[in-house]
Amino acid sequence: MSYLDFLAAHSDRLISGTLITLAQFVLAALVAVAAALISGLMKLAPLKPVRGVATVYIEIFRGTSLLVQLYWIFFALPLFGISLDKFTAGFVTVGLCYGAYGGELVRGAVVSVPKGQWEAALALNMSPLRRMWRIILPQALVGMLPPWGNLMVEILKGTALVALISVTDLMFETRQINNNTFLSAQAFGSALIIYYVFARFMVTPLMRWLERVMARKIGRA
Amino acid sequence: MIGWKWDFTAEILPRLGLATLNTLMAAGGGYAVALVLGLIFALAQRTPFRPLTVVTREVVEFIRSTPLLLQIFFIYYVGPQFGIRLSPWTAGLMAIGLHYAAYLSEVYRGGIEGVPKGQWEAARAINLSTVQTYRRIVIPQALPPALAGIGNYLVGIFKDTPMLSVIGVAELMHAANSIGAEHYRYLEPYTMVGLIFLAISLPTAWLVRRFETAVRRKLGLIK
Repeated sequence: MSYLDFLAAHSDRLISGTLITLAQFVLAALVAVAAALISGLMKLAPLKPVRGVATVYIEIFRGTSLLVQLYWIFFALPLFGISLDKFTAGFVTVGLCYGAYGGELVRGAVVSVPKGQWEAALALNMSPLRRMWRIILPQALVGMLPPWGNLMVEILKGTALVALISVTDLMFETRQINNNTFLSAQAFGSALIIYYVFARFMVTPLMRWLERVMARKIGRA
Repeated sequence: MIGWKWDFTAEILPRLGLATLNTLMAAGGGYAVALVLGLIFALAQRTPFRPLTVVTREVVEFIRSTPLLLQIFFIYYVGPQFGIRLSPWTAGLMAIGLHYAAYLSEVYRGGIEGVPKGQWEAARAINLSTVQTYRRIVIPQALPPALAGIGNYLVGIFKDTPMLSVIGVAELMHAANSIGAEHYRYLEPYTMVGLIFLAISLPTAWLVRRFETAVRRKLGLIK
């Protein structure tokens, strides 16, 4: 059986799996960005308890494995009365896990905005919220986009783990094909190529483009 | 806490403790493979032979952009198709070592490229051989800034070992899964696994930071 026959026979599964992976990736990325922004800014709060909450979140999610978190949220959390279906549990966990890594990026980038910018915003009598939103965050964003590009690829790779709680993503479908046909090289090889194309020719260029656009927006192009 | 059973927790703890040793072994073994292979990847990208450089670069990119879980499956299942049977441990260590070698090669490369050009020129001027230049001049300067990255990936490997449970390596996650299946209780095993991970990775990360600072201070990079 040639590889083309293999593709013809199983392309529907590969395509539907890829679409689920795409959905998981986009949703997980949104969760991660939100979690990173919130936890990163909370880590800079003047109130100690607020900083503490952010630190606990970041350390717990960075200190344990994504797989452990996934199993815990899917199998153990329902015992506390919070039941998520597998699809939601998948992208929420992946998002929260990488959001913790992103939180440190946000904190670092905000801190590294030059002091003069903070003082100038203060001198213009901006409220703290306005100063953060209009002056600090846009500059911080440009500084932290390159590492976010790497993090986005990590998020994409992280979504492969949701297959282990039976979300029918690309990883899951590939395993099914492998179990049915024993054509491991073709099945897993195709999935490797799809993930690679996804990361290298879609996610990375998109992030590079975003870097350029944002740099131009604040006049640093 | 809702339904938390302390006696059950106490009962499964020895078994989890034993599995933790396997997890540490897997992490250590994978790290050793990654450290060596990573250096090979890094040096292969610095040879004057261009095809080797380009191919290595692409291989590293490929490994870095695809999920480790998929790589584990690939190595474990594709071997038998061509008559090579790998034990779960061998396949697992190969996969995890290869994956992190790609990351570590970038750290090494960054370190080596961070050494100022003048250092190379000076080494050439005093007639040092390539090996001498690397050993006496470049590596001592390239290593300290790279140490944080190298150490962080130790923690990274440790946290990725649960993925090996999918091909039957009897590490922590695998033990928790079997306990859960035997007793129909998942809360305690999974929670304990999480806590064990925290208990190991947080101090390790802290030690890595301390170590890095100590090395930098010793080399006079910071006061």
